[in-house]
Amino acid sequence: MVIQDESKRRSFPKPEFTDAEAGAVDFPSSESRSYNYFTPKKKRATVYEDVTVDVQPDTDRYLSQGWIYAFQNGPGGYPLEWTKLESADWHRFRDPNEEWEKTIYHNNANVVRQIQQNLENAKKAGAYDGWSRGWTRFVERHLGAWMHVENGLGMHVFVAAQRSGPTNMINTAIAVNSAHKMRFAQDLALYNLDLSESIEDFDGSAHRSTWHSEPVWQPVREVVENLTAIEDWAEALFTTNVVFESLVGVLFRSHLVMQIAARNGDYVTPTLVGAGENDYERDLKYTRELFAMLVGDPEHSAANKRTLQEWVDKWAPRCCDAARELQPIWSQPQEKVITFNESWSAAVDGFRSLLTEFDLEEPKELAK
Amino acid sequence: MSRQSLSKAHQKITELSWEPSFATPAQRFGTDYTFDKSPKKDPLKQIMRSYFPMEEEKDDRVYGAMDGAIRGNMFRQVQERWMEWQKLFLSIIPFPEISAARAMPMAIDAVPNPQIHNGLAVQMIDEVRHSTIQMNLKRLYMNHYVDPAGFDMSEQAWANSYSGTIGRQFGESFITGDAITAANVYLTVIAETAFTNTLFVAMPGEAAANGDYLLPTVFHSVQSDESRHISNGYSILLMALADEDNRVLLERDLRHAWWNNHCVVDAAIGTFIEYGTKDRRKDRDSYAEMWRRWIYDDYYRSYLLPLEKYGLEIPHDLVEESWNRIVNKFYVHRVAQFFATGWPVNFWRIDPMTDEDFEWFEEKYPGWYNQFGRWWEAYNRLRYPGRNKPIAFEDVGYEYPHRCWSCMVPCLIREDMVVDKVDGQWKTYCSETCHWTDAVAFRPTYQGRETPNMGRLTGTREWESLYHNWDLADVLKDLQYVRDDGRTLIPQPHLDLDDGKKLWTLDDIRGIPFASPNIALNEMSDEEREQHVAAYRANPNVTA
Ligand SMILES: [Fe+2]
Ligand SMILES: [Fe+2]
Repeated sequence: MVIQDESKRRSFPKPEFTDAEAGAVDFPSSESRSYNYFTPKKKRATVYEDVTVDVQPDTDRYLSQGWIYAFQNGPGGYPLEWTKLESADWHRFRDPNEEWEKTIYHNNANVVRQIQQNLENAKKAGAYDGWSRGWTRFVERHLGAWMHVENGLGMHVFVAAQRSGPTNMINTAIAVNSAHKMRFAQDLALYNLDLSESIEDFDGSAHRSTWHSEPVWQPVREVVENLTAIEDWAEALFTTNVVFESLVGVLFRSHLVMQIAARNGDYVTPTLVGAGENDYERDLKYTRELFAMLVGDPEHSAANKRTLQEWVDKWAPRCCDAARELQPIWSQPQEKVITFNESWSAAVDGFRSLLTEFDLEEPKELAK
Repeated sequence: MSRQSLSKAHQKITELSWEPSFATPAQRFGTDYTFDKSPKKDPLKQIMRSYFPMEEEKDDRVYGAMDGAIRGNMFRQVQERWMEWQKLFLSIIPFPEISAARAMPMAIDAVPNPQIHNGLAVQMIDEVRHSTIQMNLKRLYMNHYVDPAGFDMSEQAWANSYSGTIGRQFGESFITGDAITAANVYLTVIAETAFTNTLFVAMPGEAAANGDYLLPTVFHSVQSDESRHISNGYSILLMALADEDNRVLLERDLRHAWWNNHCVVDAAIGTFIEYGTKDRRKDRDSYAEMWRRWIYDDYYRSYLLPLEKYGLEIPHDLVEESWNRIVNKFYVHRVAQFFATGWPVNFWRIDPMTDEDFEWFEEKYPGWYNQFGRWWEAYNRLRYPGRNKPIAFEDVGYEYPHRCWSCMVPCLIREDMVVDKVDGQWKTYCSETCHWTDAVAFRPTYQGRETPNMGRLTGTREWESLYHNWDLADVLKDLQYVRDDGRTLIPQPHLDLDDGKKLWTLDDIRGIPFASPNIALNEMSDEEREQHVAAYRANPNVTA
């Protein structure tokens, strides 16, 4: 216990009336109450713009002394050469989701609260009792395997890429994307834990062996690992969010799990996976905004399209193969609500419309 | 969640990572450290499920306080002297915060331990939080404080000001060069553990004493994330220590990071606390006293010293010399004097010191008046335009300093200045250690071993070189530190806004030539230079 030294009088700073309030005095700039170093997208800057724009400086804007540290064998800061794509003005990009700390915590906290609530209710209501053996296996192995996809991409594509983009707006959007991915991965992992505690013969370790060695998943794992190996941050972003997600992610989450869970008596899984889908749609918005900006670039449009086409041609076939290898899992649940071909053509439709949006050609593998 | 289920949850999350067999993650950032022999050390754990709601709750408190401050007319009691320095502080700090986020993948690349990866990824989100919440605080200041000029051009001013480069090291150092040097030793082991965890707690106390209770609300909230970051850094440090080969690099990096943090952070935060306050109670701690408690006792003695048991050589000499510079060599006071000398090229206003301030300084730093008192009297005397030029261009017995090529704070402890021709250019350094930083540490070899991943010092490091032989009025126009009437300067050497005649304009500074000391130094003959340097070191720089 602290014994107060009575000889020493406690002392406090004295508050003082200073009238340092806005409007107290009139003088030049006394009404200059907005950040004036950037042009907002709309008439007035949003809070998102105010807290994001120009926090990462740029030698093409105001950074007059240049970057003061460099890598031994290259420039410092955020070199434009870290992607093959070019832009007349990278700073034009704004995240349509306007993510900053308040939205990040608000949205994600809502999601985890909702999910936890659902899981508790499900347990209480014995929601897993009616699961067939086939469905239990499906969730245990295949939904289980998917947690690795989300985590691997979150950690090694998105966390990694947010170091590399040329503006704060781009990097922060990517950082938020990574938070979604990792949260979703953990949601799936903790759901898996819940299930192994609630369902007698649920094998909580099967997700690992499935992911590591079950043949149907190996091509997906191969693509995911290769996505993490891409050095060009924009290639990693584009290929993951546009190519892989459309052909494999959406295929599995939206056009398989979300379609068949309820018919197999599972009302819990869709709430989790739905949250992941929601995040993906949100993240796709900024991705589309960014790449639409680049294909519509006043100076580099043609070159950017060529580069994006190369990426599509390189990665779409791999993703198509991986998707097709997954086909056997469509026939595993008891209730086969949907065929692989139906799911696949829905996924391909989504991918096609993205390609059209970016004015890119469809790779021939899609038609097969 | 119960303790048991929490630990099960943590265990479960570790199952998410896997050993890849087809391809491994791109190695964008290299390190000369090795972790092959390292046993895995785990940091404090955090799962997203509890993380997001926990932070949201913290946010709610911050935003509640912000609303309350506005409703309660906080700015009627805020000291302008304090708020003006916030234009500088809050221009700098969001960049180091966001840089910390960007640094995380560098550490993830370097350290093979999925548990640490998780901790670092959560830290990345924290840092986005810190950066944007601070930008938002600044926005509130801009909207509600009497003089928004300087807040309104914050990120631009910071990017073209000499003071920005001083601050920017605390940020660029996190994201450039050797991944471990940057993202672990500099960022976490030194910057977060020693300097932010202590002084960002000390500074809010000073803010509150000056009527600003929002800064404490925001910074304490920011600070509450820090223990997890410190734990991330400590785990990596322990892993690095497991390999004998890392020892020499760790020792190099502790020296560089310690010294640079001292030079930069003590310069800035020291000035804010000592010269930004109106609180002159004799029993309020001086910056030196805070430093002794927070950094010397809490950090050095309880965190750094125990590392010796791992056979690591701790930079005792540099810790002692930092203390010596603060308490005996008047480091902070010289920096504050320099900021005030340079007032025309600042983007904030600096209040003159009064007799009450003098008395407090003399009490806390005996000998202060003899060194600085008469200069501050001159500053006060010359504070209005019309009869005189800005103090830097009047003869008050103050010789404008050379800049340190490494830490970019000027060579203010004049007798310690080192001059050397490095990479073909004559350069000045504030200290032996800053000379070593450039000439020895940031090089592709170190003590006979290859260090291809170590960073380099680049950029136009002497700010004055950008404006050599310019007219001061043109410098200000180029910087755009001009108010919305197109002529009144943003910076002023006083706080009197009520009388337009007291405000300096472009006209008041036109015709004053601006010069770069480094260009002058390089134009000298060997003999001239030696004489110049000897005189520089010998000049006590005291106003008569
Ligand atoms: Fe931080
Ligand atoms: Fe220095």
